[in-house]
Amino acid sequence: MSKGFSKSSVGRKVLMALSGFFLMFFLVQHLAINLISVFSADSFNAASEFMGTNPLVQFALQPVLFFGIIFHLAMGIYLELKNRAARPIKYAMNKPSENASWVSRNMVITGIMILLFVGLHMVHFFFPTINAHYITHEHLDAYEMVANKMANPVYFGIYILAFIFLALHLLHGFQSAFQSVGFNHNKYTPIIKKLSYLYAIAVPLGYAIVAVYHFTNACCSSASCSL
Amino acid sequence: MNLTLKVWRQKDAKSKGKLESYPVSGISEHASFLEMMDVLNEQLINEGKEPVAFDHDCREGICGMCSLYINGEAHGPDRGVTTCQLHMRMFKDGDTIYIEPFRSKAFPVLKDLIVDRGSFERIQQAGGFISVNTSGNTQDANSLPIAKPMADKAMDAATCIGCGACVATCKNSSAMLFVAAKVSQYSYLPQGQVERKERVLNMVDQMDKEGFGNCTNTGACEVECPKGISLEFIARMNKEYSSASVKAEN
Ligand code: HEM
Ligand code: SF4
Ligand code: FES
Repeated sequence: MSKGFSKSSVGRKVLMALSGFFLMFFLVQHLAINLISVFSADSFNAASEFMGTNPLVQFALQPVLFFGIIFHLAMGIYLELKNRAARPIKYAMNKPSENASWVSRNMVITGIMILLFVGLHMVHFFFPTINAHYITHEHLDAYEMVANKMANPVYFGIYILAFIFLALHLLHGFQSAFQSVGFNHNKYTPIIKKLSYLYAIAVPLGYAIVAVYHFTNACCSSASCSL
Repeated sequence: MNLTLKVWRQKDAKSKGKLESYPVSGISEHASFLEMMDVLNEQLINEGKEPVAFDHDCREGICGMCSLYINGEAHGPDRGVTTCQLHMRMFKDGDTIYIEPFRSKAFPVLKDLIVDRGSFERIQQAGGFISVNTSGNTQDANSLPIAKPMADKAMDAATCIGCGACVATCKNSSAMLFVAAKVSQYSYLPQGQVERKERVLNMVDQMDKEGFGNCTNTGACEVECPKGISLEFIARMNKEYSSASVKAEN
């Protein structure tokens, strides 16, 4: 392996794509667990108990996930700053929308919105879970926790907004990652572009459906429910 | 046609430039954009002013010399053309046209609309060639059979004229399309195999040293490229680079 790989523009691009692939895989796994909560509170609790205590998940997969997220966003922001510096004098008249889509030009913006959401999400679910498992050793009802948070219309709104930004990020990101690792093929690239739309809409929509389910659930069981 | 031109004027590489407004009148819609620039310059000379410096050579879309960022697009609003091939019928009477140099840290402005594209030359010198002795022992072309699809791909890549529109239009000032075309062109041909690994490693290394930005696959370059160089070549270069890196000895 050449030493320059991770310092070169192409090498960094490939690493950006690999971390992107990893995060996209993680999103599907996370969604699968979330969907359980729509069907059964007990199964969801069991699944989250497993994820929260299994040593393989806790001490192998979780650190890899943290590294993946931090690497992806740090590299993304670093490259964006370098790219801006590569054009010190801007055009007085520029029409970027004539030749490239909004989503492809604003990955750092949609990415930062996702990042802000990830922060809030950690405060909502991750820190309380860690706290309960390792510090207070109390029993934590994961289902309760989710239902409580989603009952709050402000949080619910923020979550839905975040899923929209996620969809925008993935609309470009999914197919871009294939191009970055060097996969571009007359026959398969058009299919990848279609899959890109499918993934970028279906996955965030899946998350949104779970959120809507818990929000309406809380809404209808409250005293002020008018339905 | 009567037009208002907003032209970037800059005395030399060290000066700070600015946009100047010039009216031009009686421009034929059949004129090319550079002919319109000639009319402007004659007018400026008659008024005793310094004419606008701009690059041009062949004026038929093959040399890649003419540049210009016209109304917010590299080589202007038409597709698949260089500035010398751009017709004034793409504009309307009374239009205001912004004319700026290609902007990138790696393309410093020398004067007015002329930029130094020496960074492209240095990338080529880093690996855009094959080392064979061609003096007096030129082979017959047919002695080395090359499959038609491969020859076609190599030819597609080789149509890049090194104009720099891809860099100028890219939001990241990335030179990936140009370098990818130059790397790919040899990678399809038997003559290119001997230096294949060093070529991609050295050319990408030089590209990074020149201060171009990093590709984010927006695809703007492919749209603005006068020769229709495909993004497929960038993917090919990424693959070439990764595999050359894995196999590299240091
Ligand atoms: C779960 C969350 C995320 C997923 C699944 C994801 C996925 C992806 C994918 C697949 C790519 C394309 C890689 C490529 O073109 O090679 C990408 C690019 C990028 N991401 Fe993310 N990302 C996520 C979060 C973030 C965050 C938090 C940031 C923070 C700034 C970010 C910033 C970027 C940037 C700047 C790019 C580069 C744009 C490009 O190369 O097209 N992403 N992301
Ligand atoms: S790839 Fe196209 S736009 Fe870029 S230098 Fe070559 S011909 Fe010009
Ligand atoms: S002057 Fe040669 S391509 Fe335009």
